[in-house]
Amino acid sequence: MRRQVNIFRQLDYTTAGIYLLLILIGWLSIYASVYNEEHGNIFDISQRYGMQLIWIISSIFLTITVLLINHKFFSVLAYIIYGSIILLLMLVLVAGVEVNGSRSWFAIGQVRLQPAELAKVAASLALARFMCQYNFNLKKLQNILMIGVIILLPMALILLQSDTGSALVFVSLLLMLYREGLSGWVVSIAAFCIMLFILSIIWEPVSVLLFIWIACLALYLFFNKNKYKVLLMGIASIGSYSLIINYLLPVLKLSIDYDYLFLGICVITLIVEGIIAVRKKIKSFWLILLIFVSTVAITSSVDYVYDHLLQQHHRNRIEEMLGIRDDPQGTGYNVNQSKIAIGSGGLTGKGFLHGTQTKYNFVPEQSTDFIFCTIGEEWGFAGVLIVIALFAWLLVKIVEISERQRDAFARIYGYCVASIIGFHVFLNIAMTIGLAPVIGIPLPFISYGGSSLWAFTIMLFILLKFDAVKWE
Amino acid sequence: MNNSPYKKNIIIIAILFCAVILLGRLFYIQVIDTSYKITANNNVLRYEVQYPARGLVFDRNGELMVGNKTTYDIMVIPREMKAIDTLDLCNLFDISYTQCKSILENVDRKKKRQGYQAVVFLKQVPAEIYALFQEKSFKYPGFYAQVRTLRSYPRNVAGNLLGYVTEVDTAAIRRNPYYKMGDYIGKSGIEGSYEEALRGRKGVSIYERDVHNQIKKSYDDGKYDTTAIAGKDLICTIDIKLQEYGELLMQNKIGSIVAIDPGSGEILALISAPGIDPSLLVGINRNFQQLQMNPLRPLFTRAVMSSYPPGSVFKVANALIGQQEGILTPETRYGCAMGYKVGRGVDCHAHPSPLDLRQSIQMSCNAYYCYVFRNLIDNPKYDNISDAFNQWRKYVQSFGFGSKLDTDIPQELGGTLPTTDIYDRIHGKNKWKSLSIISLAIGQGEIGTTPLHLANFAALIANKGYYYTPHVVRNVVDEPENPKYKEKRYCMIDPVYFEPVIDGMYLAVNGGQGATASWVKIPGIDMCGKTGTVQNTHGENHSVFMSFAPRENPKIAIAVYMENAGWGSTWAAPVASLLTEYYLTGEVKRKDMEDRIVAGNFMSKESRAKKRK
Repeated sequence: MRRQVNIFRQLDYTTAGIYLLLILIGWLSIYASVYNEEHGNIFDISQRYGMQLIWIISSIFLTITVLLINHKFFSVLAYIIYGSIILLLMLVLVAGVEVNGSRSWFAIGQVRLQPAELAKVAASLALARFMCQYNFNLKKLQNILMIGVIILLPMALILLQSDTGSALVFVSLLLMLYREGLSGWVVSIAAFCIMLFILSIIWEPVSVLLFIWIACLALYLFFNKNKYKVLLMGIASIGSYSLIINYLLPVLKLSIDYDYLFLGICVITLIVEGIIAVRKKIKSFWLILLIFVSTVAITSSVDYVYDHLLQQHHRNRIEEMLGIRDDPQGTGYNVNQSKIAIGSGGLTGKGFLHGTQTKYNFVPEQSTDFIFCTIGEEWGFAGVLIVIALFAWLLVKIVEISERQRDAFARIYGYCVASIIGFHVFLNIAMTIGLAPVIGIPLPFISYGGSSLWAFTIMLFILLKFDAVKWE
Repeated sequence: MNNSPYKKNIIIIAILFCAVILLGRLFYIQVIDTSYKITANNNVLRYEVQYPARGLVFDRNGELMVGNKTTYDIMVIPREMKAIDTLDLCNLFDISYTQCKSILENVDRKKKRQGYQAVVFLKQVPAEIYALFQEKSFKYPGFYAQVRTLRSYPRNVAGNLLGYVTEVDTAAIRRNPYYKMGDYIGKSGIEGSYEEALRGRKGVSIYERDVHNQIKKSYDDGKYDTTAIAGKDLICTIDIKLQEYGELLMQNKIGSIVAIDPGSGEILALISAPGIDPSLLVGINRNFQQLQMNPLRPLFTRAVMSSYPPGSVFKVANALIGQQEGILTPETRYGCAMGYKVGRGVDCHAHPSPLDLRQSIQMSCNAYYCYVFRNLIDNPKYDNISDAFNQWRKYVQSFGFGSKLDTDIPQELGGTLPTTDIYDRIHGKNKWKSLSIISLAIGQGEIGTTPLHLANFAALIANKGYYYTPHVVRNVVDEPENPKYKEKRYCMIDPVYFEPVIDGMYLAVNGGQGATASWVKIPGIDMCGKTGTVQNTHGENHSVFMSFAPRENPKIAIAVYMENAGWGSTWAAPVASLLTEYYLTGEVKRKDMEDRIVAGNFMSKESRAKKRK
């Protein structure tokens, strides 16, 4: 008895409070997004908001259950939980039902369960268990391979279910690895390469070039002692480029390919800088030059590979995955409608239940992946500011909770939670405002859906349980 | 324990950085960029506009002048349009395949931006075709018809006066936000000047709809909905039968007729020839350009716009001014031997001599008015010629000449009345004398009056000293008459001075030897008139006549101006006479005169004159 009281006394109520606020906001948003006058009762379980209430209540029971279970249960049984989930992921490929083109659901009567959501918890537990060993060292190849297997196995199985979005979530665990000793360079280079690949497909070449240039300048800035001069160089090169295309070319009535123009400016700047580097023996310059040349080469080869080596159906797949083609009603219909809904909210929004774009189905998936539109439309910038602030606060709290753990298991697990929730929140919101391709992943705690709410609840409260018992 | 606050801080900074990126972007699309709000409204709001029927126009006797006929605009909602049998559609609406294809391609292009806002597929489809479309409409998802009314003209007269109705242009939309693309607006004539009364007010119902274009509910509980208000009818002062008869008389001629009821200033007929056939400008203005290109300029409403020298009819004005200024009495006699022989001289025609005031009008003596005019301008009462001239000018202005009469005909122009400045410029300051401007004595030279001015002048004489502002619309139905039209506008001449002048005009029509227009007298009606023959250096002289009748209690004042027709007495006078007879008795007994006028053709002379030029 004494121990249970202790748990509820030690619980981090700030975090739990943020959690409660978020699920409440979610419930009201789902109500608003599918609201119609015939089913005005928010408790009507024939509607999604009624169902969500059931998920919320069951989640609260889950939190209590998780808090009451002995915390050693999670670390001891981590591999078993991981193994069972892997089995479920395999099973769903055979016995699952297909929804929206993804075979990732178990149907039990009316209720559908998505094991991929739970796989995130399982993988986090397994990683924490593996990495908390006393003599664990991230520099050992064997360990790196093992971590790779733990992450890639569920990822591959989820990819097989054609649920690309959920699979990509596992990439976010790099953040945890960074905290646990992975060099910042590895994370940066990995992130940079992924970004470069995606960007070179969805952006114009000149934008990609600009991106590389800025990245290289930033790197040079980091290395070089004379930061003032580097900054000047960057401003000069980008400034001269924009001056030329905005003022000089229209006056001269010349039509020059912008890509080559910018590349030319970059090369000139690099030659000038190279001469200075030779004179002053600045070694870091050559590294930057190498990075610049290789990334430009990679980007152009991406284009080449993409345009010439891949078949059309490969391209379609990739473009669909990146959200370039996945819209039946014209390029970017979904994102466009979503931006219209959010943009029309203005500063203070249209008011609760007064949104029109989401309620009248202009926005697709308005209670699940695009739930953020309802918040943006009905509560405006003020509303999204509050929601994003709550999420940022939650993430910072999770990081702080992780850092204050004495037990490595809990800390590693905590960083997994932060990585996964952060990735979900950032990409989901970025997707609704056209900053990221449409990869269908839910907004944690807010989107409609039992599996996702349960999974995020369990994930968060396991951490809170560890936190509550950390002084034992 | 791998405690590394450095990395923890980096991670927290990364989290906050991501939040700031998202918020920055959200701030931009929600607060700074307003285009999303407009698109959202386009998405969700469905505007259903009700176009009210335009007001009708009746003549003074309640006969319909302008009516409405129903047509249909075929609309299409781009998002709802499916693959259709284009050829069948072409046959249905009787349009070419290429035309149809280009319209549909245009509709297709609007698919993304317009979405569920309807666009026009075809305008002004007549009722018969609409009935066929109704039967087949199930085959064309997304197509529907919207009722629009067009003008119809039972008698097809008075085109220039009535004006026309057309689609608004972008300039009008900018000027007045009431108008939206595709609305109709009255242009020129009374369609233009009474646009606001005639058009009524559009009604609009705003609905919210869902992505399937299903109406969900009224927008904001109908707060912004308006009901359509039908246009108001107009009662014109025009006598449509007189107008029609006048247009018949003026066929194949260039010129104008203006008839006014002196007792009210109501314009009974206003004819410009060649004029517009109003039915040609109904609907899509295919004919507009053709009318614009016509060298005879039918769109130019001569009756109120063209500024001609008035010619001899202006002698009446000088006769009145002379008496008022005391330099002329009815008994004053001047001799004339085929003209005024001072200076360059002014020719005259053969008539007895000397003449008194009455006879001078009856026989239209040029020399008589040269004496009168010189006495006016050289009147020792005034310090100098400028003062004398300005005084004369004031009298002329008080007759309504030299400026707009402020009628309700929007095209109206003011004519010209010379000032001392003009003569200073022509002759040099203080270098001109009464003799330099002697043409004004007989209504020639620098003066320009419109036929409306002359008709108004005739009405002023008929009323012995005042006129009512001429107007073509008596009132908007259910609205009071404009008090402006009830006001008597007095000229600077005392009523007593009109008697001898009216005597002279009576004699000109009804007098014996030397009377200029005795052949047009109407048995049983005392018509008073004055002929004019305006010298035309470009060709045949213009024929002018000004009259009113009956002499006591006058009912109709008329001015007729016929270009290149020669003597005033031969063409303009009989036209005025026939119209007066028709208006006062309801019929024309002098069929031979009528036949001669109807058969007259001066169009060819005009074209010859143009060639000579």
